[in-house]
Amino acid sequence: MNEGLGGRSARAHHHFFSGSYGQTFKFDIVLITLTMLLLGFGLIVLYSALGQSWSGLLNQAIRLCLGLGCLMLASQLRVSTYYRWAPTVYAGTIMLLFAVAVFGVSNKGSQRWLDLPGLPSFQPSEFLKISLPLIVGWYITTRNFKLKFFDYLALILIVGLPTGLVFLQPDYGTALILLIGVAAMLFLCGVRLRWFGAGLVLVAISAPIIWNFVFRDYHRRRIITLFNPERDPLGAGWNIIQSKTAVGSGGLSGKGLFEGTQSHLDFLPEGHTDFIIAVIGEELGFVWCVALLCCYLLIFSRLMYLSTTATNGFGYVVGTGITVIFFGYVLVNVAMVLGLLPVVGLPLPLVSYGGSSAITTMAAFGVALAVCTHKQDLEK
Amino acid sequence: MSTKRAYDPVPLRLSKTIVYRASTAAVVASFFILLLVARLFQLQIVEHERYATQATDNRLTAQTIPPPRGLIFDRNGNILATNQIVPSLAVIKENVDDIDTLLTNVRALVDFSAAEEISFRNRLENAQSDDRVIIKRHLNDEQLAIEAVNRHRFGNILVITEILREYPYKALASHVVGSVRQITIEDLQQLDPVRYRGSKFVGRRGVENYYEDLLHGEIGLRQVEVNASGRIMSEISVEPATRGQTITLHLDIELQRVADKALGDRRGAVVAIDPKSGGVLALVSKPSYDPNVFVTGLEGREYDNLSARADAPLFNRATQGKYPPGSTIKPVLGMAGLATGIIDWELEFDDPKGEFQLPGSDKVWRDWNWSKNGIGGQGQVDLFRSIYRSSNIYFFHLGAVLDIETFAAFLGQWGYGRNTSLDILDADPGILPNSDWKQNNTGDSWYPGDNMNLVIGQGFTLVTPLQLATIATIFANRGEFVRPRLLQSSEQPVDLGPNFPPVLGVSESDWERMIEALTAVVHRGHKGYLQNGLAWFHIGMDIPYQMAGKSGTAQVVAIPEGEEYDEELLPEDQRKHALFFGFAPVHDPVIAVATVIENGGGGSEFAAPVVRQVIDSYLANVVATNDE
Repeated sequence: MNEGLGGRSARAHHHFFSGSYGQTFKFDIVLITLTMLLLGFGLIVLYSALGQSWSGLLNQAIRLCLGLGCLMLASQLRVSTYYRWAPTVYAGTIMLLFAVAVFGVSNKGSQRWLDLPGLPSFQPSEFLKISLPLIVGWYITTRNFKLKFFDYLALILIVGLPTGLVFLQPDYGTALILLIGVAAMLFLCGVRLRWFGAGLVLVAISAPIIWNFVFRDYHRRRIITLFNPERDPLGAGWNIIQSKTAVGSGGLSGKGLFEGTQSHLDFLPEGHTDFIIAVIGEELGFVWCVALLCCYLLIFSRLMYLSTTATNGFGYVVGTGITVIFFGYVLVNVAMVLGLLPVVGLPLPLVSYGGSSAITTMAAFGVALAVCTHKQDLEK
Repeated sequence: MSTKRAYDPVPLRLSKTIVYRASTAAVVASFFILLLVARLFQLQIVEHERYATQATDNRLTAQTIPPPRGLIFDRNGNILATNQIVPSLAVIKENVDDIDTLLTNVRALVDFSAAEEISFRNRLENAQSDDRVIIKRHLNDEQLAIEAVNRHRFGNILVITEILREYPYKALASHVVGSVRQITIEDLQQLDPVRYRGSKFVGRRGVENYYEDLLHGEIGLRQVEVNASGRIMSEISVEPATRGQTITLHLDIELQRVADKALGDRRGAVVAIDPKSGGVLALVSKPSYDPNVFVTGLEGREYDNLSARADAPLFNRATQGKYPPGSTIKPVLGMAGLATGIIDWELEFDDPKGEFQLPGSDKVWRDWNWSKNGIGGQGQVDLFRSIYRSSNIYFFHLGAVLDIETFAAFLGQWGYGRNTSLDILDADPGILPNSDWKQNNTGDSWYPGDNMNLVIGQGFTLVTPLQLATIATIFANRGEFVRPRLLQSSEQPVDLGPNFPPVLGVSESDWERMIEALTAVVHRGHKGYLQNGLAWFHIGMDIPYQMAGKSGTAQVVAIPEGEEYDEELLPEDQRKHALFFGFAPVHDPVIAVATVIENGGGGSEFAAPVVRQVIDSYLANVVATNDE
């Protein structure tokens, strides 16, 4: 498969900002700082987007603390633990996805939520941003980073099953991000480019078959509407018109916090969730939108850098996978709000109101930190 | 190669490829971020103005505040047209899911006839989706209570309050005040769209129409902030509506009532004018109609019913009914004869049989007093007697020598053939014929026989009751032409326009002598056979004040030569029209009145009493007012 990941390296990694602090606590101060900045900024914006509701803000703050806890916790586990548990986590996620398909909660035409007794309702597809990199990393490691034709077929099945389930919910945005994320993982592992060519051919062949035989009528209708929002001027078309108006009317420096008319007069739908960046655009303007995007790019860069400092291939693959999927959410969400992509209904990671996304994103960060910064396994 | 159960880490070795791929990923990520930044730049910097405008348009809505319409008062402060708040049932079109269910619900609340249903369905169909469509107007307290109790059941039925025009005197003043009616799509093409935005009604008849500009007022604008569902969140600014001007008419509604009663059920018109101001004190056209049906009538059905009636209640006989003037034209022709010098007060003609023949013609022109047995002559007739006895023969002699062009010009000074009113736009000009007119309208030239018809007011000449009252005004004013008008005052004065020049060519003594003759029509009595004023027997015997007047009886169909007019033999609609004009008191007139009763019979017998009743009432009240 590759010319890159195999073989031992004696490089020792010691960096001031990251790594093991003693034997007990693992930490990356750069990533944590950037994350905290983002969360703080997000809370300020949310306070406005929620109509200055303290209780809503408190809810979200509690979730974020929970998320931070998950981050800290997840980053302390050993790489070997993740490796061992990868198939189980994967299987668990698949079961949850099946559960969603069977008795999930429908909302706005798609069935994405699971409402289990004793638990707050959540979206199992969010777990894929952790379990999918883990299982792909696990599989590649089991094959000792030497993938054959059969392995690619196996990977297609491993990735295709959860992605297909997500797709049929339908949650096209997440499915697309997962597919591209996995492709990016393989690209980053050094898989030869011809395999990507083969993959493209496969997609080209299977797409019409899936379209005609797997999809039901309502799937087809939804996808057609997705790309033709004007067919649905009061639904998706309305969303896009109002979000562009919100962002555009903000101008260079915005209308001021709490002053957005599009969001506060309910023209902008989902202003506190999927369309939060439209609120930022309207109230804080171009300057802060760019700052926010830069912050995301910095987090991406830091995570990528940490992945390359991993002492082992598994860490690298999982780390980059988590990074790419996280970044995919950011890109697709912002592009959607700005009218560059169809409205697919994805949150903006770490800023949008809601628990599933924030907690899983931070947990994923914790996993990435764990698999990339723990050195003790190398010493074994 | 076997699957490793336990973790056996493969150390990471960063080959060139991996470094290259990771760098590529970083570049691609940066590229995507740059792409988003570029898009933000496009939306927020380049196209900012456009979206800013759109956001403003989204949230700000201008609502029009329709102005309250100006009130209309009569000269004594009685309100002729007012605005009333009326509770009505309505529904917003887009909230109607099933019209039959809706109607079932409506029937549970109020009586709802089949005709109302048809009308409602029509209006619903033509309405915009967010229009409020009226289901039923004028809910009473009981219906409102029922609605309030059942509101939760019939969520889409609303009770709204409308401000509607109301005419408290109903049919009494409808031909003067007119009415508003709901603005139609056709109206909107003629009205100022800005001024009428939000207005539901426009004046379409009478004063409501003529003074629409004053009465309508100016719309107000309220800028409100709305949310996405259109709910008003706050008020940004208000520019209040300017209510329409209150206007006061010369009309005296109590006098109007007297005139209305005097006419009774007969078809006809009464017009009373204050000769000093030209103000119209009463203007009655019978039959009449209730103008309120045009306001609250939800469809054209009422209008269709009214306009289909044979007695044409919508037709304003006072201003648009054209009648042959009959003998009422005689005093004016007498003045014309005096002015042109072809007669004087001394000139006498002999009338042995009540017959007249033009030289070289076989046609016999008869006096109204003519009879088969040949005793209808009135003896020696001079101008004075020709007036109080209304001698046709005297005027046939005049007709034999007059020049139609000169006479038509003289009659033109009195308002024949034109609308001389200042603010009654649709008043008919009537007809004042001359040779050109006849050539144009009949293709024939003017014959001496046309003069014969002219002098007894039968030929082509037609006048409206308003014109007849105007002629009475000119006599009352001794030649001064004060043009008739309805408007007495408005909040901002309106210049109605100048009066016409006085009638020229008649000396002051001629005016007084002619008025003496007109007074004799009413007061000359106890003189014996063929010596009394024609109206004396009917109105002059007990009259407590000095009144001048002239009757006219206009033939509707030609009476065959040699036959006597026998009313009993004619169908009602071919009987003579009764006309009379008069003014009083003779020496300082305060009122001039004219009436026409369609197919009403002899003018002195039937029309004169109507005029007297009106004058009686007015003088009684003027005296009463002056005594206070």
